Amino acid sequence: MRPEMTAAPVETGPKSSSERSALARARLLRGLLPALSLVLVLLAIAWLNPRAISYFGFSLMLNLAIPIALATIAQMFVIAGNELDLSIGTFVGFVGCVTATWLKDAPLVGVAILLGSIGVYALLGALIHLRNLPSIVVTLGMSFVWQGLAILILPKPGGKAPDWLLSLMAFKPPFVPFPIIAALLIAAVVHFGLMRTSYGVILRGSGGNAAALSRAGWSLLKTKVVLFALTGLFGVLSGMALIGITTSGDANIGNGYTLLSIAGVILGGGEFVGGRVSPIGAVIGALTLALSASPLLTFMHIPPDWQVAANGAILIIVLAARVLISRRER
Amino acid sequence: MPEAGADIIRLDGAEKHFGAVRALAGVDFHVRAGECVGLVGHNGAGKSTLMHMLSGTLVPDSGRITVRGGIEGNYSVPRAQQLGIRCVFQELSLCPNLSIAENARINHPALRGLGWRRKAADLIAAKLDEIFPGHSISASDVASDLSIGRRQMVEVARAFTVTQDPLELVILDEPTSSLDAHTAGQLLAFVRRFVAGGKSCILISHVLGEVLGNADRIVVMRDGKVVASDAAKAFDRDRLVTTMGGAEAREKIAAEIATQKPETGPLRVRARPARQEDGNELVAHAGEIIGLAGLAGHGQTDLLLAIFAAAARSKTGIEVTAPVALVAGDRQSDGIFPQWSIAQNIGIRSLARLRNGLLISPQREAELATFWQKKIGIRTPDMNNNIYSLSGGSQQKALFARALGSDAKIVLMDDPMRGVDIGTKLEVYDLVREEAGRGRTFLWYTTETEELDNCHQVYVFKNGRIVANLGRDELTEEKIIQSSFGDAA
Repeated sequence: MRPEMTAAPVETGPKSSSERSALARARLLRGLLPALSLVLVLLAIAWLNPRAISYFGFSLMLNLAIPIALATIAQMFVIAGNELDLSIGTFVGFVGCVTATWLKDAPLVGVAILLGSIGVYALLGALIHLRNLPSIVVTLGMSFVWQGLAILILPKPGGKAPDWLLSLMAFKPPFVPFPIIAALLIAAVVHFGLMRTSYGVILRGSGGNAAALSRAGWSLLKTKVVLFALTGLFGVLSGMALIGITTSGDANIGNGYTLLSIAGVILGGGEFVGGRVSPIGAVIGALTLALSASPLLTFMHIPPDWQVAANGAILIIVLAARVLISRRER
Repeated sequence: MPEAGADIIRLDGAEKHFGAVRALAGVDFHVRAGECVGLVGHNGAGKSTLMHMLSGTLVPDSGRITVRGGIEGNYSVPRAQQLGIRCVFQELSLCPNLSIAENARINHPALRGLGWRRKAADLIAAKLDEIFPGHSISASDVASDLSIGRRQMVEVARAFTVTQDPLELVILDEPTSSLDAHTAGQLLAFVRRFVAGGKSCILISHVLGEVLGNADRIVVMRDGKVVASDAAKAFDRDRLVTTMGGAEAREKIAAEIATQKPETGPLRVRARPARQEDGNELVAHAGEIIGLAGLAGHGQTDLLLAIFAAAARSKTGIEVTAPVALVAGDRQSDGIFPQWSIAQNIGIRSLARLRNGLLISPQREAELATFWQKKIGIRTPDMNNNIYSLSGGSQQKALFARALGSDAKIVLMDDPMRGVDIGTKLEVYDLVREEAGRGRTFLWYTTETEELDNCHQVYVFKNGRIVANLGRDELTEEKIIQSSFGDAA
């Protein structure tokens, strides 16, 4: 039988406040890791080519960072719900083709197609939840659907971005390059939406402990649909931003984005399961990838043939550092 | 508020089947305002099913639910919440990735709009202060950073928080299973205050003393039926155990252990906790059952894990001379392979023996599983069913079978009987003593003082150190409490 206690001794078990503040410090360190790796890449660039650290240099180097950041945020939403989207790359390509054709020639049709594709994402979320399907399989299948549709719309590279989009992406604010402002804006908006609002808690909770959420009366179908629709929305934004920069479309333009976006989320401190994601980290991860992808390697005089492999090596190094730090947490 | 004595909730003729298994066979149950109802019974007796029905997560196949006199046709979780009926489930149901304040928000749709974070934090912090004074949990702590006991405290406190919906009835399923005696006492005292305020409570616990001491009325369930319902005063421990269909009383155990004190066999484990400064160390010989006592989370689990690690790779301060198996306490996260069958879950520790060439022989795996199914009494139609088809107690039995079916000569038990019914416990105690008689060594961390009766030797832990070493004859509850709370010796 449990002994009856009348005295009230103070609890001094382990995991008391001091130990928990150590845990919090380790978490802070892990949270800073994405920023640290970005600083490291920037330092390397500055050392190799000091002139790159300028308004013009950043505008050039971070040219493609906006669409990558948007695609990474898109991926982050499905990962927050313990799913994975293997179709985001070809989806970005599909959106690009729609943007370069319909959206310019018949804006209403173009808008309808893009909204419809977000709707398709929402339906995929519902399907995955209701039929309890693995999202990897469903989205892998969808990646071929999006690719096929993109090729149907734009059999060979061409088309043209709408003028308003071109002028938006060519915007040159004073002092701070546009990609940096855009990245800050994306990170701030998504951070507020997912990390600070009361429904954002429910979305992340669905990745943390779905059973607890449904017992508290929340609809898991709704959370999944919302997460997938948000992925679709940011996928659309990514495809449009990409076409605004490249000015014309290509059915294969986004193919690399699937793995880039997953790597960006993980680099930014997210985890594949458990609803642990960070929008700010994801944007930083995307910037790191964008910078280490070609500018850094070009400055290192690595021939283009080797750049993809070198990019992979950088990824492994950063992720390994993250694992080492998380392990010290235990 | 309903007048005192009126029914808050009433179930008439509730039935529930899961496939061929009949979980509830026509149960009538009711709770009055200002009443604490104790609900006891073995695992699988239908307590959990009943509780899920009251909280709206399960719909009865037939029967009627009445809340405050009104018949509820479409009873559901949101409806239950509107009516002020809450439930603290046995498995922990916090989101580990969220902060405590955010976890509070999940149960309160009303916490929204500007400033919801502050409101949620204040709400849960105030309730924790009220129930567990001196708790040292901050609303900004992330749930996964907290120990299992603190997570349970948060979960209990959360159930008692109020925003827009009323609060009439809280169902507590094994609320003290991960709490130490001090915090358990705080909780039970709060429950009494809560009930005195005209609210109601259902207390489900395998610690019969808690139910006897705190419930106004006790309902006993067996085989999906209510077999007794009477004022708590009308019950004593023996009558409860007999009504539940439980086995013999604990005196028998104590007597048995006292008589079968083994010859000192070969040394199996000699271990010194990492934080130990004096010369105290834990010593275990073959055939001994060694208890690790003290308040929850004072280094007992750490030492068990260190011993486990030392069996694979030598470690300073720890000597292990035989293969080791561990029975985890947090079975959901550390014990069970959720996607696997019962047989696979049992066989995993013995793969080397189950091999046929390069492959696992399904036949040998099945033999092992069937042997232990009979021996330990796992109630299932088919050992190839998923492990989750078992009730909580039977899952724990499967984990015992995994350890005992292996070649391990040393079995480490990390408070494995938490939340397990008394019938299962007594069966496992018998098994442990029998296996010890055959020369196995058991290192048994437990938060239930009663279980220490099974041990030959008990080490009491405080702040990661061994502060007392009690032999069988000097083992009393007072001594253990004294050592747990006293200054380090």
